[in-house]
Amino acid sequence: MSDAATVNRLPASETSTGIPSAKLGMWVFLASEVMFFAGLIGAYLVLRMGATEWPAPGALLNVPLTALNTFFLICSSVTMVLAYAAIHHRNDQRGLRNYLAATTAIGALFLGIQVFEYSKLIHHGLTISSSLFGNCFFTLTGFHGAHVFGGVVTMLIITLQAFRGRFSSDRHLAVEAAGLYWHFVDLVWIILFTIVYLL
Amino acid sequence: MTETAHRQPNYLTIFWALLLLTLIEVAIAYLPWPRSVKMTSLISLAIVKALLVALFFMHLKFDRRLLAIIALIPLALTGLVTVFLLVGTSLAAH
Repeated sequence: MSDAATVNRLPASETSTGIPSAKLGMWVFLASEVMFFAGLIGAYLVLRMGATEWPAPGALLNVPLTALNTFFLICSSVTMVLAYAAIHHRNDQRGLRNYLAATTAIGALFLGIQVFEYSKLIHHGLTISSSLFGNCFFTLTGFHGAHVFGGVVTMLIITLQAFRGRFSSDRHLAVEAAGLYWHFVDLVWIILFTIVYLL
Repeated sequence: MTETAHRQPNYLTIFWALLLLTLIEVAIAYLPWPRSVKMTSLISLAIVKALLVALFFMHLKFDRRLLAIIALIPLALTGLVTVFLLVGTSLAAH
């Protein structure tokens, strides 16, 4: 095993911060993601405040459907944290597998509903180039959707590993790091749902 | 205590709180309130929901303080950027 690989597998008690390197790395990555979405939301606010006309909430967008989708994403965050609790606190392999599979499925459902919403909007003439609102809407929700897609792929890999028995109460850093990313994606959607759909 | 040896929060309570806050948000969006009141209420509710996710689902409340600092630095910068953008846009409009 190389020196770099050895360092990455050091237990938390042997790192200078007391935090496993992979977990610390995920948090630093998420910090950079905060700035990424801050840039997008900042641009949205400036463009919206400078716009002469902007559609009222619910005029073009299906708020009830997206509220339901928000509910699904919150559900997936709960199943994710329950998957982590199952392996971390109880070494519950079956619980881990079931909750991870549920998280993956609900994440895919969120994406499916978003694709359905996009197809309806495009059918009604709202595209990324049709108006300033369309440009802002598809850019913000599209980048978030791409993050959800990345999360679903990651969840799928982690779930397959869980079915192969790769995790235990002592060895579950990948589940924790993937969970952090998934909760972050949920957190960003909570903000975007308010800013784009409700305000 | 290690960074993960903390008591387990009641995740389902957090879930019901998030669901309730989401329902209140959607209801507010349809209420005939003044725009400024709506904006303040909806943004406040979104911040509370985001905090619940970060503190309990991401375990920031129970984890090492260093992780909270890592999370707070970009949030502080985001706040600054937002204030500058809003002030700049208002000045440009006048």
